[in-house]
Amino acid sequence: MRLLVLTPVWVWLCGLVALPACVLAAIALATPADAIPPFTLGVGLDSLAATVLDPFYRDALLGSLRVAALASGLCLLLGYPMALAIARSAPHRQPLLLTLVMLPFWTGFLLRIAAWTQLLRDDGWINAALLAVGATDAPFVLLHTDFAMLVGIVYAYLPFMVLPLQARLSRADPLLEQAAADLGAGPWRRFATITLPLSLPGVVAGLVLVFVPVTGEYVIPEMLGGPGSPMLGRAIWEEFFDNHDWPLAASLSLVLLALLLAPAMLLRRAR
Amino acid sequence: MSRSHLLLASLLGGFLFLYLPIVLLVVTSFNASRLTTVWTGFSLRWYAALLADQHLIEAALLSLRIAAVSATLATLLGGLAGYALARLGRFRFRGVFAGLLAAPLVLPDLLIGLALLLLFVAVEAAFGGPERGALTVTLAHATASLAYVAVVVEARLHDAGTALEEAAMDLGASPLQAFGHVTLKLAAPALAAGWLLAFTLSLDDVVIASFVSGPGATTLPMVVFSTLRIGATPELNALATVVMGVVSAALLLGWAVAGRRR
Repeated sequence: MRLLVLTPVWVWLCGLVALPACVLAAIALATPADAIPPFTLGVGLDSLAATVLDPFYRDALLGSLRVAALASGLCLLLGYPMALAIARSAPHRQPLLLTLVMLPFWTGFLLRIAAWTQLLRDDGWINAALLAVGATDAPFVLLHTDFAMLVGIVYAYLPFMVLPLQARLSRADPLLEQAAADLGAGPWRRFATITLPLSLPGVVAGLVLVFVPVTGEYVIPEMLGGPGSPMLGRAIWEEFFDNHDWPLAASLSLVLLALLLAPAMLLRRAR
Repeated sequence: MSRSHLLLASLLGGFLFLYLPIVLLVVTSFNASRLTTVWTGFSLRWYAALLADQHLIEAALLSLRIAAVSATLATLLGGLAGYALARLGRFRFRGVFAGLLAAPLVLPDLLIGLALLLLFVAVEAAFGGPERGALTVTLAHATASLAYVAVVVEARLHDAGTALEEAAMDLGASPLQAFGHVTLKLAAPALAAGWLLAFTLSLDDVVIASFVSGPGATTLPMVVFSTLRIGATPELNALATVVMGVVSAALLLGWAVAGRRR
Protein backbone atom coordinates (compact mmCIF):
# COMPACT_ATOMS: atom_id res chain seq x y z
CA MET A 1 0.00 0.00 0.00
CA ARG A 2 2.75 2.45 1.02
CA LEU A 3 4.80 1.46 -2.00
CA LEU A 4 1.79 1.84 -4.24
CA VAL A 5 1.30 5.41 -3.03
CA LEU A 6 4.92 6.49 -2.94
CA THR A 7 6.45 4.84 -6.03
CA PRO A 8 4.66 6.81 -8.77
CA VAL A 9 5.32 10.12 -7.01
CA TRP A 10 8.99 9.26 -6.41
CA VAL A 11 9.44 8.24 -10.04
CA TRP A 12 7.85 11.48 -11.26
CA LEU A 13 9.80 13.71 -8.83
CA CYS A 14 13.13 12.06 -9.61
CA GLY A 15 12.54 12.08 -13.36
CA LEU A 16 11.04 15.53 -13.77
CA VAL A 17 12.40 17.55 -10.83
CA ALA A 18 15.70 16.08 -9.61
CA LEU A 19 16.98 14.95 -13.02
CA PRO A 20 16.32 18.30 -14.81
CA ALA A 21 18.15 20.08 -11.98
CA CYS A 22 21.16 17.80 -12.58
CA VAL A 23 20.98 18.37 -16.34
CA LEU A 24 20.84 22.12 -15.72
CA ALA A 25 23.95 21.93 -13.53
CA ALA A 26 25.76 19.75 -16.09
CA ILE A 27 25.04 22.18 -18.92
CA ALA A 28 26.07 25.17 -16.78
CA LEU A 29 29.50 23.51 -16.58
CA ALA A 30 29.62 22.73 -20.31
CA THR A 31 31.22 24.94 -22.95
CA PRO A 32 29.21 26.55 -25.76
CA ALA A 33 29.87 25.06 -29.21
CA ASP A 34 28.64 25.37 -32.78
CA ALA A 35 26.61 22.18 -32.72
CA ILE A 36 23.13 20.80 -32.07
CA PRO A 37 22.56 21.01 -29.11
CA PRO A 38 24.95 23.99 -28.88
CA PHE A 39 27.43 22.84 -26.22
CA THR A 40 30.09 20.25 -25.45
CA LEU A 41 29.96 18.61 -22.05
CA GLY A 42 32.86 19.08 -19.72
CA VAL A 43 33.82 20.84 -16.53
CA GLY A 44 34.41 24.51 -17.20
CA LEU A 45 33.65 27.40 -14.92
CA ASP A 46 33.69 30.12 -17.60
CA SER A 47 29.93 30.49 -17.86
CA LEU A 48 29.36 30.44 -14.12
CA ALA A 49 32.13 32.98 -13.62
CA ALA A 50 30.65 35.26 -16.29
CA THR A 51 27.39 35.53 -14.36
CA VAL A 52 29.13 37.49 -11.58
CA LEU A 53 32.18 38.93 -13.37
CA ASP A 54 30.55 40.27 -16.53
CA PRO A 55 29.01 43.67 -15.61
CA PHE A 56 26.01 43.06 -17.91
CA TYR A 57 24.89 39.95 -16.05
CA ARG A 58 25.84 41.36 -12.67
CA ASP A 59 23.62 44.36 -13.40
CA ALA A 60 20.80 42.10 -14.52
CA LEU A 61 21.15 40.12 -11.32
CA LEU A 62 21.21 43.18 -9.08
CA GLY A 63 18.46 44.83 -11.14
CA SER A 64 16.20 41.81 -10.64
CA LEU A 65 16.81 41.80 -6.91
CA ARG A 66 16.15 45.54 -6.69
CA VAL A 67 12.91 45.33 -8.68
CA ALA A 68 11.77 42.31 -6.68
CA ALA A 69 12.49 44.06 -3.37
CA LEU A 70 10.75 47.24 -4.51
CA ALA A 71 7.74 45.36 -5.86
CA SER A 72 7.30 43.24 -2.73
CA GLY A 73 7.59 46.37 -0.58
CA LEU A 74 4.97 48.20 -2.64
CA CYS A 75 2.68 45.16 -2.58
CA LEU A 76 3.00 45.11 1.20
CA LEU A 77 2.13 48.82 1.50
CA LEU A 78 -0.90 48.42 -0.75
CA GLY A 79 -1.92 44.95 0.35
CA TYR A 80 -1.69 45.30 4.12
CA PRO A 81 -4.59 47.78 4.56
CA MET A 82 -6.63 45.75 2.04
CA ALA A 83 -6.00 42.52 3.94
CA LEU A 84 -6.78 44.21 7.25
CA ALA A 85 -10.00 45.69 5.87
CA ILE A 86 -11.09 42.23 4.66
CA ALA A 87 -10.13 40.56 7.95
CA ARG A 88 -12.13 43.20 9.89
CA SER A 89 -15.25 43.00 7.71
CA ALA A 90 -18.29 40.89 8.62
CA PRO A 91 -17.45 37.15 8.46
CA HIS A 92 -20.17 36.42 5.91
CA ARG A 93 -18.71 39.03 3.56
CA GLN A 94 -15.10 37.81 3.71
CA PRO A 95 -15.39 34.97 1.16
CA LEU A 96 -16.86 37.38 -1.41
CA LEU A 97 -14.12 39.97 -0.84
CA LEU A 98 -11.42 37.31 -1.09
CA THR A 99 -12.95 36.05 -4.33
CA LEU A 100 -12.82 39.62 -5.66
CA VAL A 101 -9.11 39.74 -4.82
CA MET A 102 -8.54 36.38 -6.55
CA LEU A 103 -10.77 36.92 -9.59
CA PRO A 104 -8.26 38.92 -11.69
CA PHE A 105 -5.75 36.12 -11.05
CA TRP A 106 -8.06 33.68 -12.83
CA THR A 107 -8.66 35.85 -15.87
CA GLY A 108 -5.61 35.53 -18.04
CA PHE A 109 -2.29 36.98 -16.93
CA LEU A 110 -1.16 38.09 -20.41
CA LEU A 111 -4.44 39.79 -21.23
CA ARG A 112 -4.41 41.76 -17.98
CA ILE A 113 -0.89 42.96 -18.69
CA ALA A 114 -2.08 43.88 -22.19
CA ALA A 115 -4.67 46.12 -20.53
CA TRP A 116 -1.79 48.09 -19.02
CA THR A 117 -0.11 48.56 -22.39
CA GLN A 118 -3.37 50.09 -23.59
CA LEU A 119 -3.57 52.30 -20.50
CA LEU A 120 0.02 53.49 -20.63
CA ARG A 121 0.98 53.87 -24.28
CA ASP A 122 1.29 57.31 -25.93
CA ASP A 123 -2.22 57.16 -27.41
CA GLY A 124 -3.55 55.18 -24.42
CA TRP A 125 -6.28 55.90 -21.93
CA ILE A 126 -4.17 57.73 -19.36
CA ASN A 127 -2.61 60.09 -21.89
CA ALA A 128 -5.96 60.61 -23.62
CA ALA A 129 -7.50 61.58 -20.27
CA LEU A 130 -4.61 63.93 -19.44
CA LEU A 131 -4.83 65.59 -22.87
CA ALA A 132 -8.59 65.90 -22.60
CA VAL A 133 -8.51 67.78 -19.30
CA GLY A 134 -5.60 69.89 -20.53
CA ALA A 135 -3.13 68.67 -17.92
CA THR A 136 -0.51 68.27 -20.62
CA ASP A 137 0.06 69.28 -24.24
CA ALA A 138 2.14 66.31 -25.31
CA PRO A 139 1.60 62.72 -24.17
CA PHE A 140 3.88 61.39 -21.44
CA VAL A 141 6.07 58.46 -22.30
CA LEU A 142 4.80 55.89 -19.81
CA LEU A 143 4.96 52.56 -21.61
CA HIS A 144 8.32 50.76 -21.81
CA THR A 145 9.70 52.43 -18.71
CA ASP A 146 10.77 51.06 -15.34
CA PHE A 147 7.70 52.77 -13.87
CA ALA A 148 5.35 50.85 -16.17
CA MET A 149 7.14 47.60 -15.36
CA LEU A 150 6.79 48.19 -11.63
CA VAL A 151 3.09 49.06 -11.92
CA GLY A 152 2.48 45.90 -13.94
CA ILE A 153 4.38 43.72 -11.47
CA VAL A 154 2.56 45.16 -8.44
CA TYR A 155 -0.74 44.76 -10.30
CA ALA A 156 -0.07 41.11 -11.15
CA TYR A 157 1.31 40.04 -7.76
CA LEU A 158 -0.87 42.02 -5.32
CA PRO A 159 -3.22 39.05 -4.67
CA PHE A 160 -0.21 36.93 -3.58
CA MET A 161 0.37 39.50 -0.82
CA VAL A 162 -3.24 40.01 0.28
CA LEU A 163 -4.16 36.33 0.68
CA PRO A 164 -1.52 35.17 3.23
CA LEU A 165 -1.87 38.47 5.12
CA GLN A 166 -5.63 38.16 5.35
CA ALA A 167 -5.32 34.53 6.49
CA ARG A 168 -3.05 35.59 9.38
CA LEU A 169 -4.96 38.74 10.31
CA SER A 170 -8.33 37.02 10.50
CA ARG A 171 -6.87 34.39 12.83
CA ALA A 172 -5.69 36.96 15.41
CA ASP A 173 -7.83 37.12 18.56
CA PRO A 174 -9.86 40.39 18.50
CA LEU A 175 -9.98 40.34 22.32
CA LEU A 176 -6.28 41.26 22.46
CA GLU A 177 -6.87 44.54 20.67
CA GLN A 178 -9.92 45.22 22.80
CA ALA A 179 -7.93 44.64 25.97
CA ALA A 180 -5.25 47.06 24.74
CA ALA A 181 -7.95 49.65 23.99
CA ASP A 182 -9.45 49.20 27.47
CA LEU A 183 -6.00 49.81 28.92
CA GLY A 184 -5.80 53.09 27.04
CA ALA A 185 -3.75 52.30 23.92
CA GLY A 186 -4.67 54.45 20.91
CA PRO A 187 -5.39 52.97 17.45
CA TRP A 188 -1.83 53.39 16.10
CA ARG A 189 -0.28 51.99 19.25
CA ARG A 190 -2.63 48.98 19.10
CA PHE A 191 -1.59 48.45 15.51
CA ALA A 192 2.13 48.69 16.24
CA THR A 193 2.11 46.51 19.36
CA ILE A 194 -0.56 43.92 18.59
CA THR A 195 -1.92 43.72 15.05
CA LEU A 196 1.38 44.06 13.22
CA PRO A 197 3.48 41.66 15.35
CA LEU A 198 0.75 39.01 15.21
CA SER A 199 0.62 39.24 11.43
CA LEU A 200 4.39 38.99 10.88
CA PRO A 201 4.36 35.38 9.57
CA GLY A 202 1.80 36.54 6.99
CA VAL A 203 4.03 39.50 6.08
CA VAL A 204 6.99 37.16 5.55
CA ALA A 205 4.91 34.74 3.48
CA GLY A 206 3.52 37.56 1.34
CA LEU A 207 6.93 39.16 0.77
CA VAL A 208 8.45 35.84 -0.30
CA LEU A 209 5.49 34.93 -2.52
CA VAL A 210 5.97 38.19 -4.41
CA PHE A 211 9.78 38.39 -4.29
CA VAL A 212 10.54 34.91 -5.63
CA PRO A 213 8.50 34.91 -8.85
CA VAL A 214 9.31 38.57 -9.59
CA THR A 215 13.06 37.84 -9.49
CA GLY A 216 12.58 35.44 -12.40
CA GLU A 217 9.84 37.43 -14.14
CA TYR A 218 10.19 37.66 -17.90
CA VAL A 219 6.83 38.56 -19.44
CA ILE A 220 6.10 41.84 -17.62
CA PRO A 221 9.58 43.39 -18.14
CA GLU A 222 9.34 42.37 -21.79
CA MET A 223 5.86 43.86 -22.33
CA LEU A 224 5.96 46.95 -20.09
CA GLY A 225 9.63 47.57 -19.26
CA GLY A 226 12.09 49.60 -21.28
CA PRO A 227 14.61 47.97 -23.61
CA GLY A 228 17.34 48.74 -21.07
CA SER A 229 15.70 47.53 -17.87
CA PRO A 230 18.05 44.78 -16.79
CA MET A 231 16.20 41.76 -15.43
CA LEU A 232 17.67 38.33 -14.93
CA GLY A 233 14.67 36.61 -16.50
CA ARG A 234 15.17 38.57 -19.67
CA ALA A 235 18.91 37.83 -19.72
CA ILE A 236 18.25 34.08 -19.37
CA TRP A 237 15.61 34.15 -22.10
CA GLU A 238 17.84 36.12 -24.50
CA GLU A 239 20.91 33.98 -23.90
CA PHE A 240 18.87 30.89 -24.59
CA PHE A 241 16.61 31.88 -27.47
CA ASP A 242 18.56 34.66 -29.20
CA ASN A 243 22.24 33.95 -28.51
CA HIS A 244 21.91 30.15 -28.19
CA ASP A 245 24.40 30.21 -25.33
CA TRP A 246 22.88 27.36 -23.34
CA PRO A 247 25.72 27.03 -20.77
CA LEU A 248 25.38 30.72 -19.91
CA ALA A 249 21.56 30.53 -19.67
CA ALA A 250 21.91 27.46 -17.43
CA SER A 251 24.55 29.22 -15.29
CA LEU A 252 22.34 32.28 -14.83
CA SER A 253 19.50 29.94 -13.85
CA LEU A 254 21.70 28.19 -11.29
CA VAL A 255 22.64 31.54 -9.75
CA LEU A 256 18.96 32.49 -9.60
CA LEU A 257 18.17 29.12 -8.02
CA ALA A 258 20.86 29.62 -5.38
CA LEU A 259 19.59 33.13 -4.63
CA LEU A 260 16.01 31.97 -4.20
CA LEU A 261 16.82 29.06 -1.88
CA ALA A 262 17.08 31.33 1.18
CA PRO A 263 13.68 33.05 0.76
CA ALA A 264 12.08 29.70 -0.12
CA MET A 265 13.34 28.23 3.16
CA LEU A 266 12.01 31.30 4.95
CA LEU A 267 8.58 30.63 3.48
CA ARG A 268 8.53 27.04 4.74
CA ARG A 269 9.40 28.20 8.24
CA ALA A 270 6.80 30.98 8.18
CA ARG A 271 4.05 28.43 7.53
CA MET B 1 -11.40 60.16 9.21
CA SER B 2 -11.38 57.19 11.56
CA ARG B 3 -9.19 54.15 11.08
CA SER B 4 -11.99 51.97 9.78
CA HIS B 5 -12.83 54.56 7.12
CA LEU B 6 -9.17 54.64 6.14
CA LEU B 7 -9.17 50.85 5.79
CA LEU B 8 -12.34 50.88 3.74
CA ALA B 9 -10.93 53.58 1.46
CA SER B 10 -7.76 51.57 0.90
CA LEU B 11 -9.81 48.46 0.10
CA LEU B 12 -11.88 50.39 -2.44
CA GLY B 13 -8.71 51.93 -3.87
CA GLY B 14 -7.15 48.49 -4.17
CA PHE B 15 -10.18 47.08 -5.96
CA LEU B 16 -10.23 50.10 -8.28
CA PHE B 17 -6.57 49.40 -9.14
CA LEU B 18 -7.32 45.70 -9.74
CA TYR B 19 -10.51 46.17 -11.75
CA LEU B 20 -10.13 49.43 -13.70
CA PRO B 21 -7.89 47.87 -16.38
CA ILE B 22 -10.29 44.94 -16.67
CA VAL B 23 -13.32 47.19 -17.03
CA LEU B 24 -11.56 49.21 -19.72
CA LEU B 25 -10.70 45.98 -21.58
CA VAL B 26 -14.31 44.84 -21.52
CA VAL B 27 -15.65 48.23 -22.66
CA THR B 28 -13.13 48.52 -25.51
CA SER B 29 -13.95 45.05 -26.76
CA PHE B 30 -17.41 46.38 -27.74
CA ASN B 31 -16.04 49.50 -29.43
CA ALA B 32 -16.51 49.70 -33.19
CA SER B 33 -13.29 51.66 -33.63
CA ARG B 34 -9.85 50.11 -33.78
CA LEU B 35 -8.58 53.05 -31.72
CA THR B 36 -9.00 52.14 -28.08
CA THR B 37 -9.55 55.68 -26.84
CA VAL B 38 -12.18 56.78 -29.37
CA TRP B 39 -15.69 55.41 -28.89
CA THR B 40 -17.48 55.24 -32.24
CA GLY B 41 -20.34 52.96 -31.33
CA PHE B 42 -21.31 49.55 -29.98
CA SER B 43 -20.17 46.65 -32.13
CA LEU B 44 -19.52 42.94 -31.96
CA ARG B 45 -17.03 42.99 -34.83
CA TRP B 46 -14.08 41.98 -32.65
CA TYR B 47 -16.00 38.95 -31.40
CA ALA B 48 -16.74 38.02 -35.01
CA ALA B 49 -13.05 38.43 -35.81
CA LEU B 50 -12.25 36.20 -32.84
CA LEU B 51 -14.56 33.44 -34.08
CA ALA B 52 -13.10 33.66 -37.57
CA ASP B 53 -9.51 33.40 -36.33
CA GLN B 54 -8.77 29.75 -37.08
CA HIS B 55 -5.20 29.97 -35.74
CA LEU B 56 -6.40 31.28 -32.37
CA ILE B 57 -9.21 28.73 -32.07
CA GLU B 58 -6.91 25.82 -32.83
CA ALA B 59 -4.48 27.10 -30.21
CA ALA B 60 -7.31 27.46 -27.68
CA LEU B 61 -8.47 23.87 -28.28
CA LEU B 62 -4.91 22.60 -27.89
CA SER B 63 -4.52 24.59 -24.66
CA LEU B 64 -7.77 23.18 -23.26
CA ARG B 65 -6.65 19.62 -24.09
CA ILE B 66 -3.23 20.13 -22.51
CA ALA B 67 -4.79 21.79 -19.45
CA ALA B 68 -7.30 18.94 -18.94
CA VAL B 69 -4.72 16.14 -19.26
CA SER B 70 -2.00 17.88 -17.22
CA ALA B 71 -4.49 18.82 -14.48
CA THR B 72 -5.66 15.20 -14.29
CA LEU B 73 -2.08 13.92 -14.06
CA ALA B 74 -1.25 16.56 -11.44
CA THR B 75 -4.36 15.62 -9.43
CA LEU B 76 -3.52 11.89 -9.46
CA LEU B 77 0.11 12.39 -8.46
CA GLY B 78 -0.47 15.40 -6.23
CA GLY B 79 -3.30 13.55 -4.49
CA LEU B 80 -0.99 10.61 -3.77
CA ALA B 81 1.75 12.97 -2.59
CA GLY B 82 -0.64 14.90 -0.32
CA TYR B 83 -1.94 11.61 1.09
CA ALA B 84 1.61 10.41 1.72
CA LEU B 85 2.53 13.60 3.59
CA ALA B 86 -0.66 13.63 5.66
CA ARG B 87 -1.05 9.91 6.41
CA LEU B 88 2.19 7.95 5.99
CA GLY B 89 4.04 9.51 8.91
CA ARG B 90 7.81 9.51 8.85
CA PHE B 91 8.51 7.46 5.73
CA ARG B 92 12.06 7.16 4.40
CA PHE B 93 13.54 10.30 2.80
CA ARG B 94 10.42 12.28 3.68
CA GLY B 95 12.44 15.52 3.75
CA VAL B 96 13.82 14.96 0.23
CA PHE B 97 10.35 13.99 -0.96
CA ALA B 98 8.79 17.19 0.43
CA GLY B 99 11.65 19.30 -0.91
CA LEU B 100 11.44 17.93 -4.47
CA LEU B 101 7.67 18.28 -4.33
CA ALA B 102 7.79 21.92 -3.20
CA ALA B 103 10.58 22.97 -5.59
CA PRO B 104 8.36 23.83 -8.59
CA LEU B 105 6.04 25.69 -6.21
CA VAL B 106 8.71 28.15 -5.10
CA LEU B 107 10.71 28.52 -8.31
CA PRO B 108 10.04 30.99 -11.14
CA ASP B 109 8.43 29.48 -14.26
CA LEU B 110 11.50 30.43 -16.24
CA LEU B 111 13.68 28.01 -14.26
CA ILE B 112 11.14 25.20 -14.52
CA GLY B 113 10.82 25.74 -18.26
CA LEU B 114 14.53 25.88 -18.96
CA ALA B 115 15.45 22.90 -16.76
CA LEU B 116 12.71 20.72 -18.24
CA LEU B 117 13.59 21.72 -21.80
CA LEU B 118 17.23 20.78 -21.20
CA LEU B 119 16.02 17.43 -19.85
CA PHE B 120 13.76 16.82 -22.85
CA VAL B 121 16.60 17.68 -25.23
CA ALA B 122 18.92 15.27 -23.40
CA VAL B 123 16.32 12.49 -23.43
CA GLU B 124 15.62 13.06 -27.11
CA ALA B 125 19.34 12.94 -27.87
CA ALA B 126 19.74 9.70 -25.93
CA PHE B 127 16.59 7.82 -26.93
CA GLY B 128 15.46 9.55 -30.13
CA GLY B 129 12.18 10.71 -28.61
CA PRO B 130 9.72 11.96 -27.56
CA GLU B 131 9.55 14.91 -29.89
CA ARG B 132 8.85 18.25 -28.27
CA GLY B 133 5.22 19.32 -28.53
CA ALA B 134 1.90 18.85 -26.77
CA LEU B 135 3.24 15.86 -24.79
CA THR B 136 6.24 17.69 -23.35
CA VAL B 137 4.09 20.72 -22.47
CA THR B 138 1.62 18.41 -20.70
CA LEU B 139 4.39 16.72 -18.69
CA ALA B 140 5.89 20.10 -17.77
CA HIS B 141 2.57 21.57 -16.69
CA ALA B 142 1.73 18.52 -14.59
CA THR B 143 5.12 18.82 -12.89
CA ALA B 144 4.67 22.54 -12.22
CA SER B 145 1.19 22.15 -10.70
CA LEU B 146 1.25 18.83 -8.86
CA ALA B 147 2.68 20.53 -5.76
CA TYR B 148 -0.37 22.82 -5.59
CA VAL B 149 -2.68 19.81 -5.51
CA ALA B 150 -0.48 18.10 -2.91
CA VAL B 151 -0.59 21.15 -0.63
CA VAL B 152 -4.38 21.42 -0.80
CA VAL B 153 -4.93 17.68 -0.28
CA GLU B 154 -2.43 17.46 2.57
CA ALA B 155 -4.07 20.41 4.36
CA ARG B 156 -7.53 18.88 3.92
CA LEU B 157 -6.56 15.41 5.19
CA HIS B 158 -4.54 16.92 8.02
CA ASP B 159 -7.53 19.02 9.17
CA ALA B 160 -9.93 16.08 8.86
CA GLY B 161 -7.82 13.89 11.17
CA THR B 162 -7.69 10.09 11.15
CA ALA B 163 -10.67 9.41 13.46
CA LEU B 164 -13.09 8.53 10.66
CA GLU B 165 -10.70 6.07 9.01
CA GLU B 166 -10.00 4.46 12.38
CA ALA B 167 -13.72 4.18 13.06
CA ALA B 168 -14.27 2.55 9.67
CA MET B 169 -11.53 -0.01 10.35
CA ASP B 170 -12.88 -0.66 13.87
CA LEU B 171 -16.17 -1.47 12.21
CA GLY B 172 -14.44 -4.05 10.03
CA ALA B 173 -13.40 -2.17 6.92
CA SER B 174 -10.15 -3.29 5.34
CA PRO B 175 -7.50 -0.57 4.91
CA LEU B 176 -8.33 -0.45 1.21
CA GLN B 177 -12.06 -0.07 1.96
CA ALA B 178 -11.36 2.64 4.52
CA PHE B 179 -9.25 4.41 1.91
CA GLY B 180 -11.94 4.18 -0.76
CA HIS B 181 -14.98 4.94 1.38
CA VAL B 182 -13.52 7.45 3.83
CA THR B 183 -10.18 8.98 2.87
CA LEU B 184 -11.02 9.47 -0.79
CA LYS B 185 -14.33 11.11 0.09
CA LEU B 186 -12.67 13.37 2.64
CA ALA B 187 -10.14 14.43 0.03
CA ALA B 188 -12.67 14.87 -2.79
CA PRO B 189 -13.27 18.65 -2.41
CA ALA B 190 -9.52 19.25 -2.20
CA LEU B 191 -8.93 17.08 -5.27
CA ALA B 192 -11.56 19.05 -7.20
CA ALA B 193 -10.11 22.39 -6.10
CA GLY B 194 -6.61 21.17 -6.95
CA TRP B 195 -7.69 20.01 -10.40
CA LEU B 196 -9.25 23.40 -11.14
CA LEU B 197 -6.15 25.21 -9.92
CA ALA B 198 -3.88 23.02 -12.06
CA PHE B 199 -6.21 23.49 -15.05
CA THR B 200 -6.09 27.31 -14.80
CA LEU B 201 -2.34 27.38 -14.20
CA SER B 202 -1.83 25.37 -17.37
CA LEU B 203 -4.21 27.55 -19.41
CA ASP B 204 -2.45 30.70 -18.20
CA ASP B 205 1.15 29.63 -18.70
CA VAL B 206 3.26 31.12 -21.46
CA VAL B 207 6.81 30.85 -20.12
CA ILE B 208 7.08 27.10 -19.51
CA ALA B 209 5.23 26.32 -22.73
CA SER B 210 7.52 28.62 -24.76
CA PHE B 211 10.50 26.60 -23.56
CA VAL B 212 9.29 23.03 -23.80
CA SER B 213 6.94 23.17 -26.78
CA GLY B 214 7.91 22.27 -30.32
CA PRO B 215 7.08 23.76 -33.71
CA GLY B 216 3.85 21.77 -34.06
CA ALA B 217 2.25 22.77 -30.77
CA THR B 218 1.48 26.44 -30.14
CA THR B 219 -0.71 27.03 -27.10
CA LEU B 220 -3.18 29.90 -26.75
CA PRO B 221 -0.97 32.01 -24.44
CA MET B 222 1.92 31.56 -26.88
CA VAL B 223 -0.23 32.93 -29.72
CA VAL B 224 -1.48 35.78 -27.51
CA PHE B 225 2.05 36.64 -26.42
CA SER B 226 3.46 36.75 -29.93
CA THR B 227 0.52 38.95 -31.02
CA LEU B 228 1.02 41.28 -28.05
CA ARG B 229 4.71 41.72 -28.88
CA ILE B 230 3.53 43.53 -32.01
CA GLY B 231 0.80 45.41 -30.15
CA ALA B 232 -2.44 44.93 -28.26
CA THR B 233 -5.46 44.41 -30.50
CA PRO B 234 -9.21 44.87 -29.87
CA GLU B 235 -9.62 41.23 -30.87
CA LEU B 236 -7.58 40.19 -27.82
CA ASN B 237 -9.74 42.47 -25.65
CA ALA B 238 -12.71 40.45 -26.89
CA LEU B 239 -10.85 37.26 -25.96
CA ALA B 240 -10.15 38.66 -22.49
CA THR B 241 -13.84 39.47 -22.06
CA VAL B 242 -14.84 35.95 -23.08
CA VAL B 243 -12.31 34.42 -20.62
CA MET B 244 -13.55 36.66 -17.82
CA GLY B 245 -17.16 35.85 -18.60
CA VAL B 246 -16.49 32.11 -18.47
CA VAL B 247 -14.49 32.36 -15.24
CA SER B 248 -17.11 34.55 -13.53
CA ALA B 249 -19.88 32.20 -14.61
CA ALA B 250 -17.95 29.20 -13.27
CA LEU B 251 -17.37 31.03 -9.98
CA LEU B 252 -21.04 31.97 -9.66
CA LEU B 253 -21.98 28.35 -10.32
CA GLY B 254 -19.51 27.24 -7.67
CA TRP B 255 -20.99 29.70 -5.19
CA ALA B 256 -24.53 28.52 -5.95
CA VAL B 257 -23.57 24.85 -5.49
CA ALA B 258 -21.59 25.54 -2.30
CA GLY B 259 -24.42 27.73 -0.99
CA ARG B 260 -27.04 25.04 -1.55
CA ARG B 261 -24.94 22.41 0.20
CA ARG B 262 -24.64 24.59 3.30
